[in-house]
Amino acid sequence: MHELSIAHNVVEIASHAANEAGINRIQAVHLKLGALSGVEKDSLLFCYEIAAEGTRLQGSRLEIDEIPVAIYCPHCDDILPLPGVQALCCPRCGTSSADIRQGYELEVISLEYESSDEPELSL
Amino acid sequence: MQPRLLEIRKGVLDKNDQLARRLRDRFSSAHTLAINLVSSPGSGKTLLLEKTLASLRSTGYRAAALVGDLQTDNDAKRLAASGVPVRQITTAGNCHLEAQMIEDHLEGWTLNDLDFLFIENVGNLVCPSSYDLGEHLRVVILSVTEGEDKPLKYPPIFHSSDLAIITKIDLAEAVEFNRAAALANIRAVRPEMPILEVSAKTGVGMAEWLRFLLVQRAAALMAIEN
Ligand SMILES: Nc1nc2c(ncn2[C@@H]2O[C@H](COP(=O)(O)OP(=O)(O)OP(=O)(O)O)[C@@H](O)[C@H]2O)c(=O)[nH]1
Ligand SMILES: [Mg+2]
Ligand SMILES: [Zn+2]
Repeated sequence: MHELSIAHNVVEIASHAANEAGINRIQAVHLKLGALSGVEKDSLLFCYEIAAEGTRLQGSRLEIDEIPVAIYCPHCDDILPLPGVQALCCPRCGTSSADIRQGYELEVISLEYESSDEPELSL
Repeated sequence: MQPRLLEIRKGVLDKNDQLARRLRDRFSSAHTLAINLVSSPGSGKTLLLEKTLASLRSTGYRAAALVGDLQTDNDAKRLAASGVPVRQITTAGNCHLEAQMIEDHLEGWTLNDLDFLFIENVGNLVCPSSYDLGEHLRVVILSVTEGEDKPLKYPPIFHSSDLAIITKIDLAEAVEFNRAAALANIRAVRPEMPILEVSAKTGVGMAEWLRFLLVQRAAALMAIEN
């Protein structure tokens, strides 16, 4: 299960950013997770708790924004989100397309913290 | 108290991806084609590699292999018998290889002396898909004994591969392998994927696979020179 090593990376990235910004109490980490990222949401949530233990992220939430795959359909000349990842073809006209415009995301987007905990930008 | 947001926007695998890009540049400038072999456990990566290394060697190409394994060095021993340089990467329970492990295990090898570097990933259709190892080609192997619907069950690994090899085709009839369904399922998750059908046991399809490798290497060399 690679979700544990992914979760450790998330914790490391978030801790580092919080440290630089002088934030102590992080309430949540917001993450974008594409359907083709190869990472499973539920196991990542589970592993996040383990990875956060003993760090400043202990007790924080991991908020996962799941991003569906979207392809460009040359026939419709449009970018369309797909209901799944099992068939890379246009949901409107059925044309198959490997021109993927979204769905690979595996990205820490932001940290949520309490406003009393003002960041002091120390560079 | 109002919650506030601090924007970060950082890829979770940035470190791995950056190192992988550096490795790919190293391979390219040394004219070494790097190939990452992925499959479920037991699909036939090692046997295919044994035969491939032996053929390349007998035709004068210089190849080497890195082999990922959870615990043992059995595969490395099998591959070493083909007479090419082989190194074992024991992942100690880790279910995939990462770019750092590749870099660590290249030490002491002169890439300029290699035409091909094969990397046998840990047998697993899930975890390896997220990790770029700096390869030029990712090859996913599907054996006829494991069911035609694997691509639909594990789309990211099939999607992220550049070639699919259907192996153990000598057993296709015995297991009533549904070839049309397998091809359709692979192409559903990766339209236009090149697909080869091979038996490492009987040698069927090996010539096409070797030709594919040579063509890919030539194409990679052309890309570097331009
Ligand atoms: N009949 C037949 N058997 C094969 C073929 N390729 C591999 N095998 C057999 O399948 C078994 C597993 O093959 P390996 O090459 O060890 O598979 P692997 O993918 O390296 O396995 P792991 O490294 O454990 O994930 C062995 O008993 C091989 O002899 C083939 O083309 N035809
Ligand atoms: Mg093996
Ligand atoms: Zn369409």
